[in-house]
Amino acid sequence: MIKELILMNGYGLFVWSSFIFTFFNFFVLFLITKKQLIKESNKFAKKFSKLNSTQTVLAEKQPLNKIFAKNTIVHKI
Amino acid sequence: MLFKLIEKNKNIITSPTFKKIIIILFIICLTLGLFEALILSPSDYLQSDAVRIMYVHVPAAWISLSIFSIIAILSLGILIFKNKNFVIIAKSLAPSGFIFNLIALVTGSIWGKPTWGTWWAWDPRITSMLVLFLFYSLYLLSWRIFDKQKAINISSCLALIGVINVPIIKYSVNWWATLHQPSSIKILSGSAIHSSMLTPLFLMTASFALFSVLIFLMKYNTELIKLKNKGLNRL
Repeated sequence: MIKELILMNGYGLFVWSSFIFTFFNFFVLFLITKKQLIKESNKFAKKFSKLNSTQTVLAEKQPLNKIFAKNTIVHKI
Repeated sequence: MLFKLIEKNKNIITSPTFKKIIIILFIICLTLGLFEALILSPSDYLQSDAVRIMYVHVPAAWISLSIFSIIAILSLGILIFKNKNFVIIAKSLAPSGFIFNLIALVTGSIWGKPTWGTWWAWDPRITSMLVLFLFYSLYLLSWRIFDKQKAINISSCLALIGVINVPIIKYSVNWWATLHQPSSIKILSGSAIHSSMLTPLFLMTASFALFSVLIFLMKYNTELIKLKNKGLNRL
């Protein structure tokens, strides 16, 4: 059964290389996107923590700022 | 109305819970899809097990075409209404569309070797997919090369020119003599594919679509945070 699955009637090399190429690309795209997201959220967290109390109140008035500040580790996904 | 709808759903799009739901759905669809595609689905009478490449090649092609069409529609909206949210959405969709286009080209080439005896042919469908890949590359490059306003205009124009290629890809199999077979799945009429092959195909398409939604959400969040970072500088 496992041998059949690997060999795929002689087409194993073609089938498996297609699937591996697809999921390798998925993995790389996910990693790059996540890295960019972490980088930007860290920048945001750093800047947000440096704000004084008046600026924090002003910044928190914008709902999205509040969300991002709450999830400064937005990369929790 | 569309602007209001997007604005209203911005909080859902940025919420980590929504992303978690998408990840869970993606894993479920992918597991079922892979099990169906590699184990349960039968091999083809002519192509034998090489037909299983279809379960990654076809969904990747469908999704890359759909994403480019959405980008083109958004680009029209960008040029007419100057909506900033459309810019972020279009920009966030492009990377996954590009990768799906690349997957469709490479897996198509791998499928071509056992089926047609060649890795590459200047067939109308393959060539038009390569043209789409060039448009995706230029679209992504324009964001890296030009400053923001110029990039918005150039990338939108590229998407609008490139979308002419989408119906060419779709109907190339009917308009010209090609190595590709005519469409087996039609929206308005029945499918020429048996349900044992159609089920894994749709499951894999669903999982690929969910993956592109996941990448879109992450990229959209990144772009929003970039904007908010600039906003914090002005406080």
